[in-house]
Order: sequence, then C-alpha cells, then structure tokens
Amino acid sequence: MSRVSVPCHVKGTVALQVGDVRTSQGRPGVLVIDVTFPSVAPFELQEIMFKNYYTAFLSIRVRQHSSPHTPAKWVTCLRDYCLMPDPHSEEGAQEYVSLFKHQMLCDMARVLELRLILRQPSPLWVSFTVEELQIYQQGPKSPSMTFPKWLSHPVPCEQPPPLIEGLPDPSRVSSEVQQMWALTEMIRASHTSTRIGRFDVDGCYDLNLLSYT
Amino acid sequence: MTLTVLRSTGQGSWEKRILKSLNSMCTELSIPLARKRPVGEQKELLSKWNEMGTDEPDLSLFRPVYAPKDFLEVLINLRNPNYENGDSLSFRTHLGLIQVPLKVKDIPELKEFFVELGLTTGQLGIDDSTQVPPELFENEHVRIGQKVLAEQDGAAAQQYIRQGSPTALRADLWALILNISSQPEDILYYEQLKTNVIQHDLLVDSLIYKDVKLTASNDDYYFVFEDYLYQVLLCFSRDTSVLGHFAYNSASPPKSYIRGKLGLEEYAVFYPPNGVIPFHGFSMYVAPLCFLYHEPSKLYQIFREMYVRFFFRLHSISSHPSGIVSLCLLFETLLQTYLPQLFYHLREIGAQPLRISFKWMVRAFSGYLATDQLLLLWDRILGYNSLEILAVLAAAVFAFRAVNLMEVTSLAAAEAVLADLSTLKVMPLLQIFLFATVT
Repeated sequence: MSRVSVPCHVKGTVALQVGDVRTSQGRPGVLVIDVTFPSVAPFELQEIMFKNYYTAFLSIRVRQHSSPHTPAKWVTCLRDYCLMPDPHSEEGAQEYVSLFKHQMLCDMARVLELRLILRQPSPLWVSFTVEELQIYQQGPKSPSMTFPKWLSHPVPCEQPPPLIEGLPDPSRVSSEVQQMWALTEMIRASHTSTRIGRFDVDGCYDLNLLSYT
Repeated sequence: MTLTVLRSTGQGSWEKRILKSLNSMCTELSIPLARKRPVGEQKELLSKWNEMGTDEPDLSLFRPVYAPKDFLEVLINLRNPNYENGDSLSFRTHLGLIQVPLKVKDIPELKEFFVELGLTTGQLGIDDSTQVPPELFENEHVRIGQKVLAEQDGAAAQQYIRQGSPTALRADLWALILNISSQPEDILYYEQLKTNVIQHDLLVDSLIYKDVKLTASNDDYYFVFEDYLYQVLLCFSRDTSVLGHFAYNSASPPKSYIRGKLGLEEYAVFYPPNGVIPFHGFSMYVAPLCFLYHEPSKLYQIFREMYVRFFFRLHSISSHPSGIVSLCLLFETLLQTYLPQLFYHLREIGAQPLRISFKWMVRAFSGYLATDQLLLLWDRILGYNSLEILAVLAAAVFAFRAVNLMEVTSLAAAEAVLADLSTLKVMPLLQIFLFATVT
C-alpha cells in the first residue's frame, strides 16, 4: 500500500505546568505539540511516524472537518499509548515508532489539525520530546490493469501440426529437456553459500597504519 | 537496540583510542600492520604449523592493545546527557560504578527466566554428585540427551542443556545448538584461512602470540592446548565472514589503505580482515573449547560461532541485555538490593565490587573457574541464549564469601579473598542465590 507524505507545520512545544515555570523546582511532565497542515485540504490520515526521545506516554487529539455549518471539534484518537515500558529506564527511549489509522480510536477521514500530548512522569530525564515527525496519507491506488485478450480468453486447444520427416518427436524432446532442467535446478539448489572471502586487493595486503576516518 | 549516546560517546571514542594505540605501536617498533611473507618464511611456517608453540619470538616490545581494566574505565565514564544526575545524593544516584539507567532484571524476573535452575528441577553440577544415586536423575538425563542427539533436534537440545550436559554428549550438543556440522566445504574454508596465515604476516599475530604466552600458556589447565590456540586465533583474524556480525554489533571494524594508496576507496581494506582487535585475555575464549574439540577446523567453527553469538558482547558497548554494560549494571543492582550491607561496606573501604568482578564477566569466567565448572556454566549460556547468568554468578560468588568480605578493610584484601575461584561449585551457588536466599 503506498503512502504519501503530507507537508505539516510543527509548532513549538508548550509545557503544561501548574504554577510559575521559573520558580518551581520540578520540570514539566506534560508537553503539547500542535501540528497543522496549512497548505493541504482535509485529508485521510494513514500513518504517523516519529522518533521518540524519552517520552513515556503519548496521547493524540484530532480536529476533523465535518459539515460546513458545525464547528470542528477536538476528539481523542489515541489515549496514553505507552512508548517506554519503564519510564525510569532507557528501554524504548530512542525508538522509531509508527502509528497507523487502524490503531486510532476514531475515524481519521478529514483531518484538519493534530495535537500530540506527551507525558513523562519520571523526574530522571532532563528533557523529552518526539523528533522527525512525519504524517502520511494514503497514496493513489494503482491503476487497474486490463488484461490482454489472449490471457483472459485463452483459445481452445488446436490440433498439433503433422510431424516433419527426419526430426525427432517434439514431445519426447521436451520431456528430456525437462529432466535436464530439473537436474540443473537440483545442482543450483545445493550450491553452498559459503564464500571464501578475499581480504586483500589483487593479492596485496601491505598496510602501514590504521585510518581514523 | 543501541542508544545513540552509547554509540557516539562511548563506543566511538573507545574505538579511536584502540586505533591510536595500535598505530603508535606500529610507529614505535617500525613494524607494518601487514606484509606479505617472503617465500622462505612461508615454507618455514608451514612446516612448523602444528608446533607454533615451540617458537620463542621476542615479544618483549609488544604490549596488549588494552586490558579489561582500561575498558572498565570507559564504561564507568559513560553518561547520558539527558539523564539528571543531581549533585546531591538522592534516590536517583547510582551507588555503583555504572551510571547508565538500563533496564535489568530483578530476582523475581530472574527466577522466572532461569526457572529450570530451580530447587525442584534436576541439575548436572548438583544432582550428579557422588552422594546422589544416579537412578534419581543422572541416568534418565543422559538417556534423554542421547535421544535429542539422535533426533538432531536443535530446539530440544537448547531446552535440554539448561539442566546441564553430560560430559560425553557435550561436544555434539553444542555443535547441534550452534548449528555446526563439519561439511567438506567448511574444512576447505579453514584450509583457505590457513593459507592466508602463511601468505600474510599481521601485527595482530604478535599480539595473539603474546596473549597466549601470557595467559593460556601459564594456566595449569590450558597450557597443553597452546598450539591449538595459535591455529584457531591466527585463522580467526583472517576470516572475513566474521565481518557479518558488525551488522548487529555497535562497534565498527578498523579500516586501512594499501600502502601508497591512502584515501583511495578501491584500496580501502579492513584490518585485521575479521575486524576484531584482540585484547589481553582474548585467547581464554578459545581455551576451554579445546577440551571438547580436537579437530582444528571443527574447533575453529565452534569458536567462531560462539564469538559472533555471545563473546563479542563482552567487549563492545551497547544497550543489549546481554551486553557488558547491562551485565555490570545487573551485577551491581543485585548486590545492592540483596546484600546491601556488604555493598555499603565495600564501597566505604574503596573496593567497589565491580572492580573485582569485571574481569570475571569479560572473560565469561574462563581461567577463573575449574574447567568442569566452567563448561557447566557455558552450557547454560547456550541453553538460555543469554550472558546474564555471568552477572548472577558474580553476585552469587560475593554472597558466598560475604562473611570474609565484611571483615576486610582495603581493596587489596577484598581482591585476595576473591582471588581463587577454582574450588567453587557453580550450580549450587547459582541455585542458592536465586532460589534459596531469604530476601
């Protein structure tokens, strides 16, 4: 299934925190990233791909285009998706993640805007975010092929032409050729994949020093 | 999965240090990294192939590229820039040497993982001792092993060997699990590698010689195998198929250029051809295998497979659960959690436990345990396809000698208490630590 990348504008992350950011001791554990699609009409979202950076849980809200007279509403399409099984340790902290349409809680038919809500409850990490965010919609379906007439409507079997004198029987020749072909296939199948690796260049392996690059 | 931070700051700079060390050795001794042997020298080496140990070349100017303790210093200095390590002591401070918060198993998880080592399951190394009648466990276990070998069932063999392998069946069982069958093409391949050794002389060869002379030759159990070790390790350095393991290893093989063709990519080669620079103690990975395999090409294949499956993880930096960083952290966490008094005491006297146990784990305990015990341990490495048992054994050893260790007052004294592991019985120690310690 093909997919097409949708150009998106990722706004800066906004930290949600109770109290004054400057004076309070702790670091925010919730970040919000807004993703807009300024130059694209409402589209059907196929896949979201990103690289995690120490985010533990991800929620996504989507605003979809509905009928012209009702205002578009925010709907949660992914709730508390776990990216790091243990928020205090490194597992899952820097992995590439793909989320598909069928994992979402709602239909993603006419997406206007996305809001990613990142959570990291552990105080061990200095910062957290998601990187290299890419949104995909479904690519064009491959055009339907028309089969040539002879493939979809094979002609009925014809009478074979009469044998020319002096030449061997074609059906006998073909069965012998088939046997030979089977033998060559057997030999090819048992061919070993062990390679004698050459490490030299034309028989020469005179080296002075190692290279740092 | 390797974290970018471990790759760039840890493994990358470590590799550069190794390259510099090797290059400076070349320039100081005026010896090239590699050269073609003159025909006379080739003939001489071929005639001495089975007794290379009798050679006594002058190796005094060579020094190992690095020793385990240098590597430990690198691991201690690994830092994740995104990790908050506050100045004041808090719950987040790591009391051990490793400061990278990788996920390691705790004892309940280890009990589940190593369930076949439990108290109610028969074990070789415990239930085959002279006091136990063989009808209770040993005879049946041997019979099952013979059946597994007759069926040539690799998965069954891996499950079976978790309870240990009978001595008579071990060589065949390991070959089955590692998928080694000596085909004519494998013997040919080994002969080709031998030809490569005869034709080209590598600086790395001298490092191998020195390592064998310093370690295996001095060991009461392994000195008889000295010639085998050269035959395996010299060929191993020429084996380009080993380069394949760098696809899942965070390390990269060192590069060089043919003399006079610096910078020209078509003359770029890997050095050594297998991309692995041996360190002090490397030959100890091969030595125990000599007890099991006497035919050089089979011994070679078994060692190569063991290296690309397990041993490479013990000297490269990654976040893999069987990687050396995770093993160190697992060891320290187990000790801290289940022997807190001992851990605190050793830390107070300046004897961080990892400084003592690191060398055991890097060598997979080879050269420290008696050989029959070592082979029982390596049975389990194959059976569980994991090196975590090395960290558990290290913690179990500390637990066993805890009483003596509580009385020492210096790092040297702690080292002395733990200097001799040759009398230890591995399986009872593991079983007690995992399943019979009151927590």
